[in-house]
Amino acid sequence: MPVERLEGIQLGKTPEEIEEEVERGVLLTSLDRAVGWARKQSMWPATFGLACCAIEMMSTGAGRYDLSRWGMELFRASPRQADLMIVAGRVSQKMAPVLRRIYDQMPEPRWVISMGVCASAGGMFTNYAIVQGVDTVVPVDIYVPGCPPKPEMLMFGILKLQEKVRTQETFR
Amino acid sequence: MSPEEIADRLRSRYPDVLLARGEVTVLVGPQEAPATLEALRDDPELRLEFLSCVTATHHPGVVPAMWVVYELRSTALHHRVRVKAGLPGDDAPHIPSVTPIFPTANWQEREVFDFYGIVFDGHPDLTRILLPDEWEGHPLLKTEELGGVNTRFHGAFIPPVDRRTAT
Amino acid sequence: MSVREGHPTVRVAPSGEIRQETMIINMGPQHPSTHGVLRLLLELDGEYVVRCKPVIGYLHTGIEKNTEYRSWMQGVTYVTRADYLSPFFNELGYCLAVERLLGIEAPPRAQVIRVLCNEMNRISSHLVWLATGSLELGAVSIMLYGLRERELLMDIFETITGLRMNPAYVRIGGVIMDLPEDGERRIRAFLDEMPRRIDEYESILNDNPIWRERNEGVGRLSAQECLALGVTGPMLRAAGVPLDLRRDAPYSGYETYDFEVITRTEADAYARYRIRLDEMRQSLRIIEQCVDRLEEPGPVMVTDPKVRWPAQLSVGPDGIGNDPAYVRHIMEESMEALIHHFKMVTEGVQVPVGEVYQTVESPRGELGFYVVSDGGHRPYRVKIRDPSFVNLQATASMVEGSLVADAIAAIASIDPVMGGVDR
Repeated sequence: MPVERLEGIQLGKTPEEIEEEVERGVLLTSLDRAVGWARKQSMWPATFGLACCAIEMMSTGAGRYDLSRWGMELFRASPRQADLMIVAGRVSQKMAPVLRRIYDQMPEPRWVISMGVCASAGGMFTNYAIVQGVDTVVPVDIYVPGCPPKPEMLMFGILKLQEKVRTQETFR
Repeated sequence: MSPEEIADRLRSRYPDVLLARGEVTVLVGPQEAPATLEALRDDPELRLEFLSCVTATHHPGVVPAMWVVYELRSTALHHRVRVKAGLPGDDAPHIPSVTPIFPTANWQEREVFDFYGIVFDGHPDLTRILLPDEWEGHPLLKTEELGGVNTRFHGAFIPPVDRRTAT
Repeated sequence: MSVREGHPTVRVAPSGEIRQETMIINMGPQHPSTHGVLRLLLELDGEYVVRCKPVIGYLHTGIEKNTEYRSWMQGVTYVTRADYLSPFFNELGYCLAVERLLGIEAPPRAQVIRVLCNEMNRISSHLVWLATGSLELGAVSIMLYGLRERELLMDIFETITGLRMNPAYVRIGGVIMDLPEDGERRIRAFLDEMPRRIDEYESILNDNPIWRERNEGVGRLSAQECLALGVTGPMLRAAGVPLDLRRDAPYSGYETYDFEVITRTEADAYARYRIRLDEMRQSLRIIEQCVDRLEEPGPVMVTDPKVRWPAQLSVGPDGIGNDPAYVRHIMEESMEALIHHFKMVTEGVQVPVGEVYQTVESPRGELGFYVVSDGGHRPYRVKIRDPSFVNLQATASMVEGSLVADAIAAIASIDPVMGGVDR
């Protein structure tokens, strides 16, 4: 149990009450760990391939790089069955409302990886047509740089996300 | 047929025929464009039956201010001729559509309308094609900025590259 | 529209009048079977497509506008991202156009390397088509095979250019670097391996009853319709028209290579599949001839200092970078060299006034570049006539009247790449 949690316990409580609160904290921390572990192992990405990065995302899922090693090969076509959106490619002004709608259709908890520099910041396309960073449309958890990122880079990003999911505090 | 022969052949019929870098260009007015394309298509010696490309360029401040460019190709004889129609003004430019003659012009003219605002009279479905329907302006005009549009959800404003500061 | 007997959407009203109801559904832009961010508005009568309206633009990137704001050299990096499955073709088309405006020609060795990269790119593009197209028809194993072989090519591209995709390797006046030492060996190994793999696809698919059932007679488009709609590439050749710009309007010395233009007459999705596989074999033939020609050394970039990129790359202990001798020359020895370097990097090449339309035969058909220069350091206009964009117009003619499931196969057989469609 982290020290700052203990410090946060209000004074003026009986030792029994403090004991109870500590116990609850321990329980929820363990629960968080279990939930984080389970979520991390069974992430279902939605196919949100847009441009060049989508091809590299497909390569990541295919034979050589084999995303199924982390239990993630199950790309879902329906956002309602997915909890991870990999925004792979440049997001145009015309696509942005669609992207937001698909994000809204995903059930909680959900995560977003912004794959490639176009999705992350507009990249080289600083112009009228491209949304300058998908984080103006949906909240992003992991940014993967590159144009397009190699499959290894995407996998690194995914592993970082799994790390984040595993240590996420859900109940406390 | 070599480009020189094509140019000679066309010079007898059209006043403005250019030959540069091995490419023949016929310059016509906007109203003559469809008839010119049709005549070139039906010419038994030239047989320019395939319309490769329709596009436009914008030259603000000069006359003609806009050029609509048609690239014709002969699938049998493997040569090309370019037809350019000059539009006099910047305001509400109009040109007759060639979609009834060449169905392939359909989307390409819609693209030119989308990018330059040139109205193709007689086009069956002249609507925006690449940009969102509610878009304002025609981005490829030289008078339009490169970028700096409000992103749709947070209203953030990103200035064009040439007007950005380091801060 | 004819009344189909016993069809569920045909209703008989109490008055005895026969009524038909159609349903309009929206497919995409985020749909696993539409080959990217393509959106289709389908009017359905039961399982039959009455009307089909493709809606595009969901990947509109503004590449053409962006090139007008960058130097001629930087244009390469923009156009390469238009049709992201055939980057070498985009680069080659653009560079050939600019070279024609400049009135220069790349050295012979550079032309061989360009052809080599193009043909390898054609194979990798057809492999992605095979992978995604078969996935859309439910053949997941072929998807894995296609992407497996693509990795072989990606390794070669990475060795040659440093990048797997969007390499910006073909430059105005040649290519940026010669092949690395083991480049030739790798390509030869690939040439040994690949024919066997193509045989493997053919043994799986050619006589596969499901594959034939899903593809034969589907998405028919006759030669006349193709030409009227501006359709080029494998789709046109599947209708029996032997048009190939590599032979009809040769560039980069294609007229000196020995290859066949494959045609078939069925004009359906199955014929297009067969043509693409055969084209991969022809590409292997061309690559083989290229590798033989590569034994002759030579420069890969024009020598004119007003055109060439002012760099001499070499591989140092920390990777590829400017040659130390060149850096010493401009930094310590010659003020003029430094000024020239600075001018070339910031302004780049100056291109005389004029306009050209240059075509190359991309995996999807006629890829044209209409490039206009006003005599400055930036392009005045770069129009990319992308074959995917024009070919996609044929969707309605191919799909209307067919079953919804066949619409998927028909669109897959066009092989549209949305990056090229929307640019």
